[in-house]
Amino acid sequence: MLVVVLGSLPLLAGQNLVGFANMTALDGYALFLDGLFAIVAIVIVLLTLRYNQDRGIMRGEFYPLLMFSAGGMMLMGHAVNLLIVFVAIELLSIPLYILCGLARPRVDSEESAMKYFLLGAFASGFLVYGIALIYGATGTTQLSEIARKISAKEVPETLLLYAGAALVLVGLSFKVGAAPFHMWTPDVYEGAPTTVTAFMATATKAAGFAALLRVFLFGLAPLASTWQPIIAGLAALTMIVGNLVALSQTNLKRMLAYSSIAHAGYLLMGVASGNAAGTTGVLFYLVSYAFTTLAAFAAMTSLNTAAGEDQSIEAYAGLFRRNPLVALVLGLAMLSLTGVPPTAGFVGKYFLFQAAIESNLVWLAIIGVLTSVVSAYFYLRIIVTMFMREPVAEPQPLSTANLGRSVALAITVIGTLVFGILPAPLLQLVNTAVTAFGVTMH
Amino acid sequence: MTSELIVFIVLAIISVLAAVGLLSSRNAVYAALFLILNFATVAVLYLMLNAPFLAIIQISVYAGAIMVLFLFVIMLLGAERLNQAAPQPGLRWQRPLAIGLGALLLIQAAYVFITRFNSTTVAPNLIQAGPMEIGLKLFGPYLLPFEVTSILLLVAIIGAVVLTREK
Repeated sequence: MLVVVLGSLPLLAGQNLVGFANMTALDGYALFLDGLFAIVAIVIVLLTLRYNQDRGIMRGEFYPLLMFSAGGMMLMGHAVNLLIVFVAIELLSIPLYILCGLARPRVDSEESAMKYFLLGAFASGFLVYGIALIYGATGTTQLSEIARKISAKEVPETLLLYAGAALVLVGLSFKVGAAPFHMWTPDVYEGAPTTVTAFMATATKAAGFAALLRVFLFGLAPLASTWQPIIAGLAALTMIVGNLVALSQTNLKRMLAYSSIAHAGYLLMGVASGNAAGTTGVLFYLVSYAFTTLAAFAAMTSLNTAAGEDQSIEAYAGLFRRNPLVALVLGLAMLSLTGVPPTAGFVGKYFLFQAAIESNLVWLAIIGVLTSVVSAYFYLRIIVTMFMREPVAEPQPLSTANLGRSVALAITVIGTLVFGILPAPLLQLVNTAVTAFGVTMH
Repeated sequence: MTSELIVFIVLAIISVLAAVGLLSSRNAVYAALFLILNFATVAVLYLMLNAPFLAIIQISVYAGAIMVLFLFVIMLLGAERLNQAAPQPGLRWQRPLAIGLGALLLIQAAYVFITRFNSTTVAPNLIQAGPMEIGLKLFGPYLLPFEVTSILLLVAIIGAVVLTREK
């Protein structure tokens, strides 16, 4: 079904339609994100086929829940109405709460589901209250109407509008895991089944940024001078917290969770720049980050057996001797997350930093570069552990190779490398998407 | 002061007190009853906003059906009394910080309330929001969110089954 979705996307390309009482848009931006979500979901399904078998969580419900969640994300990309943004965020979150708890009765899985659910419900509360205040101030939930009314100074109560925008920002920041709303990320990522974690770290983040871009760069664009410093501050804080705390992690999954927080910071930098270059950077980075992170988690699932999964970095000592292919993939993913050429991570970061400098946020770009340097320490440490250290005395047996995972690994590695060496075709796609999006500021 | 404002202030005070009572009562049945009181005051607020249909729904669905379910579960589990265990030893600075930040928020809200009071008239030409108007809106312009919400409920049902079923 996902393949059908992916296949049908080119047919719809180049259209620019709105439907359902102007609540959804069918444009290049939405189609681009649809493609991303479909690819991520396909990779997750390929990985899960074996992963759930190894873990003994063969549940038929997994796949429909995954589809519902992916459907919510796609709806998010199409949303041009705050009401749709809200139902889409619920539709993508609620299946995820359930998926996190699927490894029941493992305590960490239950903890993960419960924490995600409680904090997620809380964040939804912020979001819906923010939407209500914006509606109260402008009398509409339609993003284009909101933008028009603010530009035409038809909003009598700007205080309500500011409060609403702030609450929406809090709700969405929670979804993308930006500091200081990131506290749930490590615990939830650690306890959830690894394939679900991979889905959360890539697709959910992309959906959150899809909404952030639509709401702030389109609906609230006339208020840019107000929200720009706030989002820039959030971005700086997120990059610093994510990278510094990741330094001290001894569990690979937790480290990747903090790394995902740090990457949310880089992405927020693109949102904060608020121009077309920033949007391009965010979309490109979402793709490169998705492929890279999926590669890392796909490699992780090979250490998963019926006995549970050993997530400590120690367990990866000497992995190169035991399974060179998986070690190479994980090593490539770490390089790409650091942002070393010729990987996709490098190109993505380049665009984001460029966008930040273009909109006079040089200090933010400097923080981004410095924290990237810091991040090299913990990413490269994994590579050192895998390639240069002896395996521990009694290593855990590896999960045997299987077709689904091999295909998933191949897709992600090709994505990471091809978009790093030849970014032009993807960039062209992104540019089409951004043009359709119509960022008209600056 | 119009009569509407007086009614609103009285209702708001009752509603907030009911919410505080819900949180602070150690007996789950009392908490549930406080919640009913809260639902009822909110229903009256809907009435004041010219939305009689919503008010009735609020009473029949929330204060009626859902609360009965709550009470059933509480009584079946025999969990009406929380055990009087010592409170969790939280972080030492947590409580003062929470009080401080809460007070700050309250001051901000009060400031806004006092300075902006009566400055705007919200929704001057209200219509009676009866079942027909709501139905037309729901199945007209708001059809898509409505349908998505129904999928959402389906997901919630699946979740409840998945997470509680014994293997």
